[in-house]
Amino acid sequence: MKLTCKEASRLVSQGLDRRLGPWDWLRLRLHLAICDACAAFTRQMEFLRRAIQRLD
Amino acid sequence: MKTFATRVEEERPYLLRYASLQLRDRHAAEDCVQETLVAALAGEASFGGRSNLRTWLTGILKHKIVDAIRRKSRDPEPLPETAEFDALFDETGHWGEPPTAWPESSLEQKQFFAVLEKCLAGLPAKTAQAFMMREHMGFETDEICKELAVTPTHCWVLLYRARMALKECLQTNWFRK
Repeated sequence: MKLTCKEASRLVSQGLDRRLGPWDWLRLRLHLAICDACAAFTRQMEFLRRAIQRLD
Repeated sequence: MKTFATRVEEERPYLLRYASLQLRDRHAAEDCVQETLVAALAGEASFGGRSNLRTWLTGILKHKIVDAIRRKSRDPEPLPETAEFDALFDETGHWGEPPTAWPESSLEQKQFFAVLEKCLAGLPAKTAQAFMMREHMGFETDEICKELAVTPTHCWVLLYRARMALKECLQTNWFRK
């Protein structure tokens, strides 16, 4: 059930590309709720997406 | 007159149902179907209209399913390996160096985008291609997989790889300054 940060980082990335299955989605939500580092990683990935969209 | 590629593509839903039934794993099923369609397009000549298209495709799919089952029984790891990023995590899977907050103001700075482009240029070709198709052109992953002729799982690995490499590159060359 419990995710490591390493696994969470993969799911964060996949979550940007597809709808996660309910099980992975739940595990990731639970992990992000208690892990500041992975929450920061998620914001970095969203930042990266915005940055690439501004690239011309 | 429909092209061979269109007729093959039209069988995708049938094949996906077939593979899902066998594998009971949506992603493994998608991978098998993708591999089947790629193989079918490459082997158009060997089909030659001699049998029913669906029968022929199902024949290919069966082999892919068997391969997938074999791989699965050999490898209990549900997510594919991305060993090159192991160094970012300790042996318990925690971040070696926890990610930091990236100030939004960087997006207003020209130099930031110069660094970002340098980082993009440092990615392996296929990784960069997949990433830019996804993030810059806004393609869905299944379209990217098709264009690059890779399985969905491989696609996600490419995108993960790109994001992790860019994160490290930006952290080192911009945010740490």
